[in-house]
Amino acid sequence: MAERVIPLLETRGFGQTMRRDAWWGQPLLTFVILGAFVVYATWAAFQGEHYEYGPYLSPFYSPLLFGAGPHSWFGPWARPAWWPGALPFSAALLILWAPGGFRFTCYYYRGAYYKAFWADPPSCAVGEPRKKYLGEHSFPLILQNVHRYFLYLALLFLVVLTYDVWVAMWFTDPATGAQRFGIGVGTLVLATNLVLLFGYTFGCHSLRHLVGGRLDQFSRHPGQAKVYGAACRLNGHHMRWAWGSLFSVALADLYVRLLSMGVITDWRIL
Amino acid sequence: MATATFRIWRGDSGGGAFRDYPTEVSEGMVVLDAVHRVQAEQAGDLAVRWNCKAGKCGSCSAEINGKPRLMCMTRLDTLNLGEPVTVEPLKAFPQIRDLVTDVSWNYEVKKKIKRFKPRPPDAADGTWRMQQAEVDRVQEFRKCIECYLCQDVCHILRDHHLHDAFIGPRFLLYNAALEMHPLDNEDRLQSLKDREGIGYCNITGCCTKVCPEHITITENAIIPLKERVVDRFYDPITRLFRMLR
Repeated sequence: MAERVIPLLETRGFGQTMRRDAWWGQPLLTFVILGAFVVYATWAAFQGEHYEYGPYLSPFYSPLLFGAGPHSWFGPWARPAWWPGALPFSAALLILWAPGGFRFTCYYYRGAYYKAFWADPPSCAVGEPRKKYLGEHSFPLILQNVHRYFLYLALLFLVVLTYDVWVAMWFTDPATGAQRFGIGVGTLVLATNLVLLFGYTFGCHSLRHLVGGRLDQFSRHPGQAKVYGAACRLNGHHMRWAWGSLFSVALADLYVRLLSMGVITDWRIL
Repeated sequence: MATATFRIWRGDSGGGAFRDYPTEVSEGMVVLDAVHRVQAEQAGDLAVRWNCKAGKCGSCSAEINGKPRLMCMTRLDTLNLGEPVTVEPLKAFPQIRDLVTDVSWNYEVKKKIKRFKPRPPDAADGTWRMQQAEVDRVQEFRKCIECYLCQDVCHILRDHHLHDAFIGPRFLLYNAALEMHPLDNEDRLQSLKDREGIGYCNITGCCTKVCPEHITITENAIIPLKERVVDRFYDPITRLFRMLR
């Protein structure tokens, strides 16, 4: 018998594990992509310009409650008197908290960012940096239970974004000033974003529960059972919808921004 | 015949160490086969718990190269045999000896979960009626073999040792199987929130990843239970509707 004595790793500290795979890869990727999105979205939200071009409106600024452009609901806006002077103000700040809150409290993102940003745990079967643990049992994370209320708001945003895609199909003829139906690359960008947001929102765990998951006897509610089945099918790919719609919403803003800045040209398909 | 080295933890609750055991391996072997060969040829006193060798009894749970897995279902051709394969006992439970841990805490937890309480019979002959679609959902949860790999990987038990406040994914799954059963009438939400600590779960999904029966524990059991707890305790609109009904 060839014996070699190796001390047992009794108490595993931060990052210690016997795993041999690249366990750090997934949380690192989450950290980089989610972090980059938050930085970009914050930057874009504070710009207060280049959020619309022709019939296109950036999803970061929709609904445009106050603004100088044609998409504005209530006309030009004035900076509120209570707003801190040193802080730039933009129309996005009035509305972005709602979709932002929906993603922040999303069950999928919670599991992902607890690992990537808080190392709680860094990955499965990997040592943690902290000994104290409260989870979502106490304040502040017990507030994550507000998720369904952000869902209700997200559903309203889907209605608005659907209207935006409809508006993005009507182009003003520069010669006559008349509105004509058309489809540009921007229309497809906004429509793709809408489809991905629908997939993400309708596969939400809270929505799945509310439309039928709360029931035990489906046979008494056949209609709800069908809706629940559809929500389950979307929910089975919730992670993909979450990432896909995260990319699409940022790309849609970037596309409209670059058009507005004159960096790129929008190609008309129809 | 090729040779591979198995780095097996030897010791008891008082302490121990890894020891290297080079042994012959052949095509089709699983880790449990190799451990048995080590036991037969080099370490007759090696303690290891096993039974069915078919992934159905849940006895041979261990950590192989740092991942909670069943030894009998881990084929050697899925591992890199160019370096020692580490085999350790579960980390969330007290160690007895070598690869054997004391998992009796789980049995005590299970005893305290509210039992199945069927509604009054549907028919005069004392029987019930339920549809297949209604039991399909809980059928997934009944595949559990109680290997406790999910309990082992759960950081709330493994790293934070909150065994007194949190029952772990296995028993949240068990609760879900009862709570969502079409015949069951028992109310478990108060105990899930208070005594069984469902709020501690921060949905890392590790339990789902290690489940040898591929039960979607987090998505299909824990989150739906969390939503039911939200219905009862944290959603004022739902509470209002319930009061008005």
